[in-house]
Amino acid sequence: MSATITSDAPVSRLDPFSERFLNDPYPPHRELRDAGPVVRLERYGIWAMARHEQVHAALNDPETFRSAAGVGLADFTKEKPFRPPSLLLEADPPEHSRARRTITGVLSPKRVRSLREAFEREAHALVERVVDQGRFDAVDEFAEAFPTKVFPDAVGVPDKGRENLMAYGNMVFNAFGPQNEIFRESAKGQDEVREWIAEMCLRENLRDGGLGADIYEHAPRHEMGPDEAALLVRSLLSAGVDTTVHGLGNAIYCFATHPDQWAAVHADPSRARAAFEEVVRFESPVQTFFRTTTRAVEVEGVTLPEGEKVLLFLAAANRDPRHWEEPDRFDVERRASGHVGFGSGIHACVGQMLARLEADVLIGALARRVEAIELDGEPELKLNNTLRGLASLPVRVHPASA
Amino acid sequence: MPAVTYVSADGAREQVELAVGTTLKDGALENGIDGIVAECGGNAMCATCHVYVDEAWIERLPERSEVEDELLESTASERTAASRLSCQIKVSDELEGLVVQLPEEQE
Repeated sequence: MSATITSDAPVSRLDPFSERFLNDPYPPHRELRDAGPVVRLERYGIWAMARHEQVHAALNDPETFRSAAGVGLADFTKEKPFRPPSLLLEADPPEHSRARRTITGVLSPKRVRSLREAFEREAHALVERVVDQGRFDAVDEFAEAFPTKVFPDAVGVPDKGRENLMAYGNMVFNAFGPQNEIFRESAKGQDEVREWIAEMCLRENLRDGGLGADIYEHAPRHEMGPDEAALLVRSLLSAGVDTTVHGLGNAIYCFATHPDQWAAVHADPSRARAAFEEVVRFESPVQTFFRTTTRAVEVEGVTLPEGEKVLLFLAAANRDPRHWEEPDRFDVERRASGHVGFGSGIHACVGQMLARLEADVLIGALARRVEAIELDGEPELKLNNTLRGLASLPVRVHPASA
Repeated sequence: MPAVTYVSADGAREQVELAVGTTLKDGALENGIDGIVAECGGNAMCATCHVYVDEAWIERLPERSEVEDELLESTASERTAASRLSCQIKVSDELEGLVVQLPEEQE
């Protein structure tokens, strides 16, 4: 850490984990992008990249920007991780490759497609329920209700205790930031939550034929033992719930605040899937991830020493005008492919096809029944060091005439 | 720059010149050629950038990785010996004149 820092590196005093920043991240994202391709964040003694080109390049260069030293602020080579590291997220090749192959084998696009019918039944029932209500909280009663039912069903987790899933995800994603008040608040009462999660990762608690049991079945093909299989199930449970809930909540927020865009999805519900892609670009549920340099590396004339933490602003890259036309415009007809909301490269979100299916099915079902969505009160953010999403979103929906 | 020809499912041919190192997926998207979805953005996750390589080229392309091979089991249109994921093939001088056919369906 004592290596010389070249004088031409722009320096910023922004704190990306402050409530002020998290409440409205887009102006400081612009500031960081405009400051330069790589910026020194003085407060934490780390580097930041916020432009699409550099974020994408760093994500696709895991030999230089490693994950095994942690993808949060904590450097695992210096601090003990708060939980045994993930075999996927917090690992580098070659160890990472075995774990990745195991899980991509389980979550193949074909297997994910096979879940559609079950998801559609749930989505239909849920949409009928909220349409009957007319006014409802689109987080609690919709964006959260759907994934917290269909996802653990697909994994094969028993019904009892599922409320722990949201609490666990919230804490895990907070833990990638500093140990600030936001983190401490989410860590309260976590002993029981973590105990439940650990239980649910065991083969005997996972339904036969579910994705969790499949992980145990695939694991030996890649020389993974049962303990490793349990950690892979933990990855699904950590990363698969809060992210999707926020993605769906952000979607309803975007539609409620851009009525013309919802009208387009309502007019053609087959656009739901592409519209969700635009949501992930425009209001990215996962805002940031860290990497750690494995060597001194030059980025556009600035030399980052070895062993340095680099904060990659996925959400800022997704609105970089150097890459996107009118990035601050929410446009469901945009070709949003190429956003880094699911990451990119060897650590790209392994559940992204499952997330797309959930969104496609739920937003599609809503689009067929509802012609307009409007805000029915002030939305409330759920502050998290890594995630962007809502705690509540009061809305009123207007059903299409039959 | 090597020339690559994309043949749409209904037989329309379009030849474009692509910079060395560009993937066949990006080559299609950047030139407005329809028929490639590439939902995952080129990360070998979605199998929606499926192409059929012209017979003469099957053996001349670099081999499929295990990941590509496995993903080809999930294509929406039938997999054949000519099936590849266009996000996994980078244009090189050796590929001058390559012809690929786009499938009926990607999703």
